[in-house]
Amino acid sequence: MNNQRNFFFNVDWITVFIYLALCIIGWFNIHAAVYDERHPFIFDLATNYGKQFLFMILAFTLAIIVLLLESRMITTLAPAFYAITIFLLVLVLVIGKNVGGNQAWLSLGGGFRLQPSEFAKFATCLLLARYLSQSNIKIADSKSFLTALAIIGLPMFLILRQPDMGSTLVFYSLIFVLYREGLSANYLIISILFIVLFLTSILYPPLYVIAVISGITFILILIMRKNKRLITTLLTGLVICIAFIFSVKFIYNKVLQPHQKVRIDIVLGIKSDLRGKGYNVNQSKIAIGSGKLWGKGYLHGTQTKYSFVPAQSTDFIFCTIGEEWGFAGTVFVLGLYLFLVLRIILIAERQRSSLSRIYGYGVASVLFFHVAINIATTIGLAPVIGIPLPFISYGGSSLINFTLLLFVLLKFDSNRLGIV
Amino acid sequence: MNSYFERRYTIAGIFIVIIIILVARLFYIQIIDNRYAIYASNNVRRQTIIFPARGPILDRNEKILVQNQTFYDIMVTPKQVKPFDTLEFCKLLGIDKAGFDKRWVKAMKYSPNLPSAFEKQLSGESFASLQERLSEFPGFDYSPRYLRNYPDSIAAQFLGFIGEVSDKDIERSGGYYHLGDYIGETGVEKSYESVLRGQRGVQNWLIDSKNKRKGRFANGLFDTAAIAGQRLKSSLDINIQQLGEQLMKNKLGSIVAIEPSTGEILCYVSSPTYDPNLMVGRQRGNNAASLYKNPYKPFFIRPIQAYYPPGSSFKPLSALIALQNGIITPETTYNCPGYYWAGNTKIRCTHVHGVVNLSSAVSGSCNGYFSMVFQKIIDLYGAKKTEQTFSQWRQNVNKFGLGNRLGLDMPNEGKGNLPTSAYYNKVYRPGGWRSSTVVSLAIGQGELEATPLQLANIECTIANHGFYYKPHLIKSIGAEEIIKKEYTERNFVGIDSQYFEPVINGMQAVVDHGTAIQSKIPGIIMCGKTGTAQNPHGENHSVFVAYAPRENPKIAIAVVVENSGEGARWAAPIASFIVEKYLKGSISKRESGITPAYFMNANKLPNIDNYTSKGKKRAAFLADSLRKSKPDSVFKQKRKKPLPYTRDDQPVNLKPDSGNKKNE
Ligand SMILES: [Zn+2]
Repeated sequence: MNNQRNFFFNVDWITVFIYLALCIIGWFNIHAAVYDERHPFIFDLATNYGKQFLFMILAFTLAIIVLLLESRMITTLAPAFYAITIFLLVLVLVIGKNVGGNQAWLSLGGGFRLQPSEFAKFATCLLLARYLSQSNIKIADSKSFLTALAIIGLPMFLILRQPDMGSTLVFYSLIFVLYREGLSANYLIISILFIVLFLTSILYPPLYVIAVISGITFILILIMRKNKRLITTLLTGLVICIAFIFSVKFIYNKVLQPHQKVRIDIVLGIKSDLRGKGYNVNQSKIAIGSGKLWGKGYLHGTQTKYSFVPAQSTDFIFCTIGEEWGFAGTVFVLGLYLFLVLRIILIAERQRSSLSRIYGYGVASVLFFHVAINIATTIGLAPVIGIPLPFISYGGSSLINFTLLLFVLLKFDSNRLGIV
Repeated sequence: MNSYFERRYTIAGIFIVIIIILVARLFYIQIIDNRYAIYASNNVRRQTIIFPARGPILDRNEKILVQNQTFYDIMVTPKQVKPFDTLEFCKLLGIDKAGFDKRWVKAMKYSPNLPSAFEKQLSGESFASLQERLSEFPGFDYSPRYLRNYPDSIAAQFLGFIGEVSDKDIERSGGYYHLGDYIGETGVEKSYESVLRGQRGVQNWLIDSKNKRKGRFANGLFDTAAIAGQRLKSSLDINIQQLGEQLMKNKLGSIVAIEPSTGEILCYVSSPTYDPNLMVGRQRGNNAASLYKNPYKPFFIRPIQAYYPPGSSFKPLSALIALQNGIITPETTYNCPGYYWAGNTKIRCTHVHGVVNLSSAVSGSCNGYFSMVFQKIIDLYGAKKTEQTFSQWRQNVNKFGLGNRLGLDMPNEGKGNLPTSAYYNKVYRPGGWRSSTVVSLAIGQGELEATPLQLANIECTIANHGFYYKPHLIKSIGAEEIIKKEYTERNFVGIDSQYFEPVINGMQAVVDHGTAIQSKIPGIIMCGKTGTAQNPHGENHSVFVAYAPRENPKIAIAVVVENSGEGARWAAPIASFIVEKYLKGSISKRESGITPAYFMNANKLPNIDNYTSKGKKRAAFLADSLRKSKPDSVFKQKRKKPLPYTRDDQPVNLKPDSGNKKNE
């Protein structure tokens, strides 16, 4: 029993406090976003805000349960969690419910649905941490590296089949974990380079892009002409880049779903049909932009209250914050997230166990990817790939998954003093 | 295992940079870029216009001439229309299927998403049956509009009418008018538009993304209430206006009566007239078209647009000018042999007047006397100075309001015509014309043309012994009864008051025992002058000008009845009835036996067929008075010599039953 008390003393209360703050901000903003005069009561279960309260209770209960569990049990069960997740991801492709073009939901009855791709994030992070923490595993070792990629890649592949581009891309963020554990910085640079190439080659004619990167390559060769090996690398890189550009063009034209193409087009400014597919992002920008410095006040946002912004309680919840709380509100929320992510990195780095550290980076990466892409989407900086804002967006699966993700880390952290 | 420890800074750094980029972007769209706030309010804000009631127009005794009546426009928003019983709807609206389709296409063309008028100006009764069932036809709605209603159906040319704004009006108004608004097109509705129209109100509504109203935008902070237009109190007297219109029925011409002590127009008849109610409601288009087609031109505003040679009524003017300049005295005599020689032109008089002085020349309307006076004025400094003295004479006549607009508060006022010396220099040649050449001006003929308003104004000047107030039709504006300052200023004509007495004596004699004796009003001294304006295209125009009573004049009047002959026979009796009705409130039995009923029933309309059968004659007929145009130039150019004579007015013993035979 003494141990139990110690656990609670050792819990990182700052993180818990930020977590609670974000949950409550979310709840109030869901209330504002879907406010309905016939159901003004914030606990009304007929409404999304009433349901979100229920989800919060569930999430808090789960958090407490997680803190009461044995850390060892969690790590031991990592492969089992992963296996169950993969099973569910396959199952959802067979009997799943199609919502908004994605076959991502398993019906649980009573109007509640389960989204296995949310739990896949937790399971993958955990299994990846357990695998990489083994003493004989070195990321530089290609066999280990490929195994790690496989752990990440399997759920990605299954989720892409739904097809849910947004959740698939979330796993891409785990590159930060691999980088922290010794993956060459080149991979990080190359992956960033590929993202830039991907966007530019869609935006501009491929020949222009090729001309520009060729030019840059030759300038680099001229500067470093003494290093023969580097020249070879650069030239190889150039060839790969050119090949990549053409394959992007091919993928963009032949592989991507029409609605994904349109979304990319809108973000890149190729199409700005305001009444068509660009309507959502445009209304979202109007909502946030019209908030000015201090916002319009709680429940006074007209853009969200009068349904100009779609998906206003889920993927576009940030519009409500921007409109009703203004720049002050958006900066505050962004600040909370940044603080949370940096706090998680701090927690990760203070772990003795490398499993806990790797897992911590996984949590930070997934969280940050969600936050950055979700907010970038609402202000027109990223394509609308449809991922929720952690702890704030309406939805049980999302809230419970992020709670699980975070509190497993806090559980590990409470044991950091050695009582493993 | 912890060998990559420092990499946490790189990762944290990337996170921080990305967050900074997001904050920068948020700063830009939330703080710097103001467009989004405007877009957001445009998104949820819809304005509805509250139409103000147009100001009513009253007569001088506050009886209503024009009031507002609510009409209903049926509006349609095509996108909101759901399948419905078209036939039933057409039946309720009183249109057929083809008419429905036509309107539907028009509405779709305007906008499928915005409401537009499907059928306009339904009266209250025809709307009532539709209103109960309008809910069965989603997408259709109604919008009440204030239109005009004329309880007595009089004074159409004065009141004018309103109509939908043109694109030009909208452009010129700088945003005040919108498509489908009404604006005064003619008459007082036009000239007092800015006072009558009032101020439109605006309601700002909050709407959601489906265009549903959610309440007032900003709690009504930006709403404005509609302010009704101001009421106008006209100077017209409904009683004599009505009488005048009845008397002028089936005649062409006009009556203008003015209160000399104020310049207020009491009676403003233009005949033929029309029922102003015809210009309101669903049949407006058809009615307007047939009124435009009417050959007698009811839209022509004769009191200010028709030009007539003033004839005898002009005669006193030259005499007054001569008196003022000491060229003659009231005692100056002339021995009339029945004609007058101006150079080698003979001007005939109706009969041998014998020795006349100013007063008896006025009462007897001796052409010779006034020709003599006119020549004296023009030849004052010898024949060579004709141009100079003529210009001086013209300037003096001009002061009476002839040859320029009097500035009536109505649109389309005509100037009349008072020829200039430059004009004669052009027609003849400089120095090629003399007083004898233009002597017909002396007797109100020749190129001289005046509107009935100008004739009535001359009578005001005589009644006032030398000044007039600017004639006007609107007595006061608004509940505070504001009177324009320009209407309180006297306009002097440059003749001292004592010179008017001999002229007035003559004019009294005209009615007391002269040509207009028939029109003598029991108990009232009326001073008048009959005239017969020459009409080269048909029967002469009957003209009578007068004012009454002699002491403390209350009414000055000019009556023109076209194509009806002598002034004494038609214009004078009509004028006398108006004057008597105005002064006494009723019309008493006359010694001469004339009755208003006789004049009301008489038909003096010229036979249009006579004119239409021959193209030329029709043109001449129109030039006569139905159009605002000068006498045709051919006629003028040919006439190198002045007109030989004016048919003068003689006492006619007219029996009511004998006058109108040729027209029956
Ligand atoms: Zn004579």
